[in-house]
Amino acid sequence: MQLKEYGAGIRAGVPVCVGYFSVAFGFGAMAVAQGLGIWHAVLISATNLTSAGQFAGLTVIAAGAAIVEMILTQLVINSRYALMSLALGQRLGPSVGTGKRLLAAVFNTDEVFALGMARQEKLSTGFFVGAGTVAAIGWVGGTAMGALAGSVLPLSVRTALSVMLYGMFIAIVVPQAREEKPMLLSMVLALVFSCLFVWVPVLNGVSSGMAIVLCTVAAAAICALIFPVEQEVAQ
Amino acid sequence: MSIYLYILAMAATTYLIRAIPLTLLKKPIRSRFLRSFLHYVPTACLTAMTFPAILYAADHMISGVVALLVGVLLALKKKSLIVVALASSATVFAAEQLIGFLCR
Repeated sequence: MQLKEYGAGIRAGVPVCVGYFSVAFGFGAMAVAQGLGIWHAVLISATNLTSAGQFAGLTVIAAGAAIVEMILTQLVINSRYALMSLALGQRLGPSVGTGKRLLAAVFNTDEVFALGMARQEKLSTGFFVGAGTVAAIGWVGGTAMGALAGSVLPLSVRTALSVMLYGMFIAIVVPQAREEKPMLLSMVLALVFSCLFVWVPVLNGVSSGMAIVLCTVAAAAICALIFPVEQEVAQ
Repeated sequence: MSIYLYILAMAATTYLIRAIPLTLLKKPIRSRFLRSFLHYVPTACLTAMTFPAILYAADHMISGVVALLVGVLLALKKKSLIVVALASSATVFAAEQLIGFLCR
């Protein structure tokens, strides 16, 4: 049963794998451009499995900053995962034990999380880990290829690769916003708040990682007040 | 400082952020507000990460705008994840090349 779930996860994860490959390719190329070894870039991708956090981490390493700064940067940029993990834990249900949860936590990236939450059937750890494994293969493989080929790749190609990440987000959010009115509101609110944090003085002094967390919390809280969800939908 | 120390700090922080909320809170959340809140988190979060960041991804803002429009249009047509991602990426590349060519 669990094996079947794992297989379903693998199939669902293939598009993410391909998308991750290209984004990670950009990461690998950038890491090498900043003086890291190929092996270091691969190790970072294999142990972190996160896009924004890794790109920010590169900056910290390149600056030779203190370890505390690295921890703080990751905390701020990746704190959205805490919210996602909470949501994921609720969706998995109380019957799923600690061991399986610790394993699922490894793969809780933006896209794998979105895949898991978008699943029509009951979400199992098998499905989630299956999708996560394929995604991770794309992420680590892409990093290795990017690190190997990166030095010869022109900037224009690297820029284009970095936009793939946003393309993936768009592909996940827009169809949901189209189906559900409250989701549309959640999207619009987050979009407006996010713009405020970039274009309004004082607010634009907030770090981008922190801004993402604040936008998420504000938009989701307003939607939850206006459009509360019944048990069946949330579970 | 050793690069491995950086990588360890990075990996441990990221993993703990993911693992702690997932393992500590096993019971279903009773509060309807909190459940609803978590329901809206993914959309809000992905949106905040995408916009307006996509506008600044390339050298010229117009490239980002066109890429965004292409992505949204294809997503509305329910094209798959990889199609949308590739199309946005290709759009930015084409737009930047075109601008570079026109401004020469």
